[in-house]
Amino acid sequence: MKPFRDTWLIFQRQTLLILRNPVWLIIGVLQPLYFLLLFGPLLKDALPVSNAAEAYRIFVPGLLVMLAMFGAMFTGFGLIAELRAGVIERSRVTPISRIALMLGRALRDVATLLVQALLITLLAIPFGLTVHIGNLLLAFLMLGLIGVMMSAASNALALKLKTEDALAPFMNGLAQPLLLLSGILLPLTGWLATVAKFNPFAWAVDASRALFAGNAGDPKVWQSLLILGVLTVAALMWAGRSFARGVR
Amino acid sequence: MIETKGLRKSFKSRQGRETKTVEAVRGVDLFVQPGEIFGFLGPNGAGKTTTLRMLATLIEPDDGEATVAGADLRKDPGEVRRRIGYVAQGGTTWDEVSAREELVLHARMYGISKVEAQRRAVRALDAFQLTEYADRKCKTYSGGQRRRVDIALGIIHEPKVLFLDEPTTGLDPQSRAHMWDEIRRLRAEGITIFVTTHYLEEADALCDRMAIMDHGLIVAEGTPAELKREISGDVVTVGLNGSTPKVAELFDTEPYIKKLETVDDGLRLYVDEGATVIPLILRKLDGAGIALGSIELHRPSLDDVFLEKTGRSLRES
Repeated sequence: MKPFRDTWLIFQRQTLLILRNPVWLIIGVLQPLYFLLLFGPLLKDALPVSNAAEAYRIFVPGLLVMLAMFGAMFTGFGLIAELRAGVIERSRVTPISRIALMLGRALRDVATLLVQALLITLLAIPFGLTVHIGNLLLAFLMLGLIGVMMSAASNALALKLKTEDALAPFMNGLAQPLLLLSGILLPLTGWLATVAKFNPFAWAVDASRALFAGNAGDPKVWQSLLILGVLTVAALMWAGRSFARGVR
Repeated sequence: MIETKGLRKSFKSRQGRETKTVEAVRGVDLFVQPGEIFGFLGPNGAGKTTTLRMLATLIEPDDGEATVAGADLRKDPGEVRRRIGYVAQGGTTWDEVSAREELVLHARMYGISKVEAQRRAVRALDAFQLTEYADRKCKTYSGGQRRRVDIALGIIHEPKVLFLDEPTTGLDPQSRAHMWDEIRRLRAEGITIFVTTHYLEEADALCDRMAIMDHGLIVAEGTPAELKREISGDVVTVGLNGSTPKVAELFDTEPYIKKLETVDDGLRLYVDEGATVIPLILRKLDGAGIALGSIELHRPSLDDVFLEKTGRSLRES
């Protein structure tokens, strides 16, 4: 019970801070919004589709995966600020559950990105996006897993590197290839498609597209959920250990 | 209240390709009594903060044993956490929330219910004279106010022991004096206080007992008075107008003089306790009909103790 209560406690505080200063929530939604408005229109001609609505049906599910990736990927920067303010150390001398310190923050990231994802989904409907509600929930579950995984990994890295100067190049160096090799912007072909088989986000994009196309039974869906589930658990264990840092 | 035996911690530090092991704490034995203010002094890099962080469960010792507030540090750090408070050096509050919000959250991190946490926050705000600013964001507070919030957070769960890491660093003299009063008030409430400091006058004024740490070891432990007595006693400086050598002969045979130095315009007499021998000195001079220019009593300061124990003055370290 205690880890749940403690997680809720941290989640409440973190959410309060976002609501008090929602500028990052808005900035987070701007990037996919730009892609939706300024990149989406190009896809009708670049993809083998007959009309714009069809192009958006392929593009937006990938865009949501991108939102989940990037939304939580940079959460470590906030943690470094908290480390510097002494807030983390203050928490660590209390008997609060170590995993809760991390999970509460990860859930804040998930809540944020689901709000953003919902917003993008609603905005994309006028462009021709269609989706079944059950499939949407399944897609959002997948986005949530990506969020927890990225948030946990980002926090674990932040605790290891401890400065923005070290974290920023690392994250950027990781983000670009992961994005380009995910097939979000354009379909991957040739050797790039082969390399992308090792990118969990490429699986997530395929699964997301399958769900928005109404094919919940596509094997990509359960495969992607399985891959992300395993990676999420691994990231949680890593980050949980970093928060405890050798102390029980 | 705190007892340690052979506490050790070393860190690996990488310089270029070489990995060096730095022994930060090399076997610390400490004994802190219930209800006292225990001062922990030492130059930068002496291992003070590492020791403190070990006792506060933030880092795990490599070796040694410790009991903190009746709980075994190594076997049951969770119980130690419940019984201690810890206030880090650089501050512990978040800019965008208020003192009240911080206090309530912090209390709840100890498993205290929301209602009780709110009640305690009200009490703490009152005790630390923060009620007026309770609902303003922490970033609007002065250094002294923010430090008081830190301390209030450290004791919100009513700990038996409170660890304070340099609580007055960066405060102006008035806020510092205020902080000393707060710390004394906490002692009066029965909390044992373990405080590190850079300021010798602070240790002297505030601490019941203290320890000096250097190069990872405790080099001296005792009350400030004991430590000063250990040094060399007091120095009485007698100012004279000429005829110094003759007067020096006068004191040569006196049993209470440990050592005598002639200086330009007088004498330096090393004695055990200045207060008791000054009348004797005066009587002697008077009896010999010698006119006294001045007389001064210099008691060894903690800085003298520090100098003797660590080979350097705390001010230069």
